[in-house]
Amino acid sequence: MPEIRNYTLNFGPAHPAAHGVLRLVLEMDGEVIQRADPHVGLLHRATEKLAESKPYNQSIGYMDRLDYVSMMCNEHSYVLAMEKMLGVECPERAQYIRVMFAEITRILNHLLWIGAHALDVGAMTMFLYAFREREDLMDAYEAVSGARLHATYFRPGGVARDLPDTMPQYEKSKWHNKREVSKLNENRQGSLLDFLEDFTERFPKYVDEYETLLTDNRIWKQRTVDIGIVTPERAMALGFTGPMLRGSGVEWDLRKKQPYEVYDRMNFDIPVGTNGDCYDRYIIRMEEFRQSNRIIKQCIKWLRENDGPVMLQDHKVTPPSREGMKADMESLIHHFKLFTEGFCLPKGEAYVATEHPKGEFGIYLVSDGANKPYRMKIRPPSFVHISAMDEMTKGHMLADVVAIIGTQDIVFGDVDR
Amino acid sequence: MTTRIQQLSDRLQKTFGSTLQSNIVEFKEVTVEVAAMDLLSVCKTLRDDKQFAFEQLIDVCGVDYSEYGSCEWATKESSSTGFSRGVDSAVNARLRFGEAPAQVCTDRPRFAAVYHFLSITNNQRMRVRVYCEDEFAPMVPSVVDLWPVANWFEREAFDLFGIMFEGHPDLRRILTDYGFVGHPFRKDFPLIGHVEMRYDEEQKRVIYQPVTIEPRVLVPKVIREDDRFETETPVASEENSDA
Repeated sequence: MPEIRNYTLNFGPAHPAAHGVLRLVLEMDGEVIQRADPHVGLLHRATEKLAESKPYNQSIGYMDRLDYVSMMCNEHSYVLAMEKMLGVECPERAQYIRVMFAEITRILNHLLWIGAHALDVGAMTMFLYAFREREDLMDAYEAVSGARLHATYFRPGGVARDLPDTMPQYEKSKWHNKREVSKLNENRQGSLLDFLEDFTERFPKYVDEYETLLTDNRIWKQRTVDIGIVTPERAMALGFTGPMLRGSGVEWDLRKKQPYEVYDRMNFDIPVGTNGDCYDRYIIRMEEFRQSNRIIKQCIKWLRENDGPVMLQDHKVTPPSREGMKADMESLIHHFKLFTEGFCLPKGEAYVATEHPKGEFGIYLVSDGANKPYRMKIRPPSFVHISAMDEMTKGHMLADVVAIIGTQDIVFGDVDR
Repeated sequence: MTTRIQQLSDRLQKTFGSTLQSNIVEFKEVTVEVAAMDLLSVCKTLRDDKQFAFEQLIDVCGVDYSEYGSCEWATKESSSTGFSRGVDSAVNARLRFGEAPAQVCTDRPRFAAVYHFLSITNNQRMRVRVYCEDEFAPMVPSVVDLWPVANWFEREAFDLFGIMFEGHPDLRRILTDYGFVGHPFRKDFPLIGHVEMRYDEEQKRVIYQPVTIEPRVLVPKVIREDDRFETETPVASEENSDA
């Protein structure tokens, strides 16, 4: 009788469904997976070590590049960690702006997730739909920070600048004639808040569109229902956070349980799953679209009614105004000190976590009283979720690996740091 | 009225007593330090005891304390040429191949593993720090059996700091390249690295060679004494307070 041996299959690191540079070494028994060994680190840039060699305020840009589809949420944890150690709190208007952009970022992240996840499982259209909406939100990023992806908008003590009164406009080109351009610019005539309000009016209908394509789709259900089931006890032991944990039926959301900024004033619900399979996690993220939309609406309402500073006026931490620098010696000195040396954090250590679209994104700062972090540890949600790959794929078919990578919502900037 | 954090700290003190080497509440966070030999029993209680119920291990982080408190710009006195420019001392960002850092912090063991826990039941967090007694073979018991999530975090700490986790089922490198030498997040590992990779036209293959870039630091590390922050111990000696 011939000996039957398991077959080892190499998946990635340049596989389109690997969501970046994931190399999976799969031990197969026929088409059934016996063991999955993810090899990560192909995108390791030593962000933590680089941050140790720079003043605190120069590392905000690195945060954008960790999870490069939810940029401002990464900044949020880092900025809050610095503020916690400095013992400062940013002005109320800045808190609302931060919450609004954190939720915009959540929608951005989930849009990319649904696009890529559905594409992997076989629904091409979703990808195109998702990128249509991403475009609008990235325009909002551009309007406020000048960059469409890596914004560096959150700063210790507030946000870089107040919301703009105008939106960037499309211009006539050989692809768009004048009539098309004026149609594209229709909702860009007012301020950023007008544009976002228009978006929040439209967006729930778009989510309905996605749901008509997927929620009752027979193929989608065959590919996701009962795939990658994780029990609540196991989800907690495996360190799951965010939608991965809520998918298993644990009601846990840092925005509700340990509210930061103005989340305690926001009215929103947390969706929780029951089965802990890929389909539940899909439903949860779809509902998070709607809830984020609700939060953005509340922020827009408040921001319209209330004016105020968006940056702390403590110039040991935040830069003084340009005009001030021209007229005032004190401001000039503060500016010089801040940009040549940065600020020092008191000796000690702090851990701050926020509810990132993918889960709990934490920053652990160890300071020895210097102007650079002594040690900064990033607690990435994707890294934890992908470490459960072996357990989640065991006993499933090869094609389900793709569905499980999709449901874990992995981004390699975040896994590898 | 004591805060919830203080109550947690008190409960920890009451339960573990002298097992805790220190028990600090700082920035509204509890940090306890235990010896490596006590780690597993403490962790088991933290997870299973109802009053703690730390079901989730959030993070395991290696720390290298060898340069803790060192300062690149220790201005002892001003001279006719101004302050020293802080370019002499060898810190990790300025190290070259084979160089070792100049200043070493000696008031504590070099390596530590820091664990962050989250209790979903009690909605609380805490931190446990374990120092590795032996600097040359840092060793800590593995908590993989208590929280499976520790598996990859411990592999990461091993990869980046060389901390060995006793009882770990599969302690391989995780983030660095196949065949990587050294532990890159140690403070004596140069920021620019040891080797660089390029395609060699003559040999028609990718080769590794010693790094050719110059190490540089744009902003020196400075420790300022700042009376806005209440610190329990004086941060630095007088010589650093030239602000």
